[in-house]
Amino acid sequence: MAKAKTKEKPVAKGELGWKEIEIGCFITEPGNSVEIRTGDWKSRRPVVDLNKCNKCTLCYFYCPEGCIAKNSDGYFEPDLFYCKGCGICATECPKDAIIMVEEAK
Amino acid sequence: MAKREGLEVSVAVADAAMLSDVDVVSAYPITPQTHIVEHLAELVANGELNAAYIPVESEHSAMSACVGASAVGARTFTATAAQGLELMHEVLYVASAMRYPMVMTVANRALSAPISIWGDHSDAMAVRDTGWIQIFVENGQEAVDNVICGFRIGEDKRVLLPVMVHLDGFALTHVIEPIELPEKKDVERFLPPFKYPLPLDPEKPVTMGALGSPFIYTEVKWAQEINLEKAKDVVLESWQEFGKVFGRTYSPIEQYRTDGAKVLLLTMGSYSETAMVAVDKMRGDGKEIGLLKLRLWRPFPYEELRKAVKDIDVLIVLDRAVSFGGPGGPVCSEIKAALYAEEKRPQVIGFVGGLGGRDISMAGFEEMINRGIEIARTGSEREFEIYGVRE
Repeated sequence: MAKAKTKEKPVAKGELGWKEIEIGCFITEPGNSVEIRTGDWKSRRPVVDLNKCNKCTLCYFYCPEGCIAKNSDGYFEPDLFYCKGCGICATECPKDAIIMVEEAK
Repeated sequence: MAKREGLEVSVAVADAAMLSDVDVVSAYPITPQTHIVEHLAELVANGELNAAYIPVESEHSAMSACVGASAVGARTFTATAAQGLELMHEVLYVASAMRYPMVMTVANRALSAPISIWGDHSDAMAVRDTGWIQIFVENGQEAVDNVICGFRIGEDKRVLLPVMVHLDGFALTHVIEPIELPEKKDVERFLPPFKYPLPLDPEKPVTMGALGSPFIYTEVKWAQEINLEKAKDVVLESWQEFGKVFGRTYSPIEQYRTDGAKVLLLTMGSYSETAMVAVDKMRGDGKEIGLLKLRLWRPFPYEELRKAVKDIDVLIVLDRAVSFGGPGGPVCSEIKAALYAEEKRPQVIGFVGGLGGRDISMAGFEEMINRGIEIARTGSEREFEIYGVRE
């Protein structure tokens, strides 16, 4: 999507100007989807209560976006840059440790 | 020096594609485009043209095959008309947005229903906003020349866009005209080999046609718009360069006997030839009438249009398509919009005519021009009038 030369200069993730777009909006660098903010259209975001979480990993496996990762303390947390707010993690959590909160709040 | 000979225009168009050394042709036959692609199939089968001819089951597939061919960097040609162009419709946007140069001749034909195999511009106007460079030609020689120019324009690194060459079905495709087919060596001099900058290549993988989320779509479309607008410079440059090599130069709006004229008629395509004869006759009668022939339809030549009409009182525009329920023919609407902000602008009078192969004779053009002048003076009950309809 980005022109190869933009690699030299840091560009805000997914905020390219129209002059920086590669011809035909082609993607010339494999794996650039990690740079794309796919979590910008969610209406609710997951919030994890670490006091309730028992690190069972179910949210990690159920997340269709693959945006839940283990942190340094071994707890599982969603990356809101990619999270689309589907709420599957909150529904599946057996300890009710995840609640969905309105984005506006 | 190239020889001038009598050729069917369709055959000459196919020869022009061969002279341009196309790599891939994919097309589905449809009247009145058939002779173009039949002749190309013959040239490939006879071994005269070293190209891949991809037979397909529909125009949707034809355009899709052309997109694929262009994506690997092949010089690609196709042709269609009317319903065929409509069946290609969604893929036309893909070809231009993904910046695939190719040349397509459209043998302009009326859209169904009722079924009509005859000419008008309803097919062309339905693809107005597809992002292709679009050129209308008025005779066989212009068709040949602009197929060759089309490759040079579209393949230019500053452009990289597909090009449609519109030629009227039957009125041009099926007539035999004296045509000068350029010499192969001259075409090679004018048209450098095609080198697509980012082709599909296993050595250097790219992703084409990925999802464009809301955060990027607007930027992509603006880049596309600016790119098409700027392509006009390359169109002009290529026509100039063509003139240097072949002696025939083209311009976005050609003026015919416009000196001192206060009333101009604007036409597109082959009807311009009859209109010229009508203008000659009216000039002979002492009337100061002239003709504008709109050749470059996309990108629209605003500057040239405003310059061409700055000293006149009345501009009569003939559309060969109807924008149903709208403000008149698409060409007339755009011309009105282009002139709206001008301090001094002519009255613009719109006619629709020449639909579905209905001929407009020399006397017909004269009648239309006279009616246009009358409307300019007394007004009309309608936004636009239709020429030649029976009560």
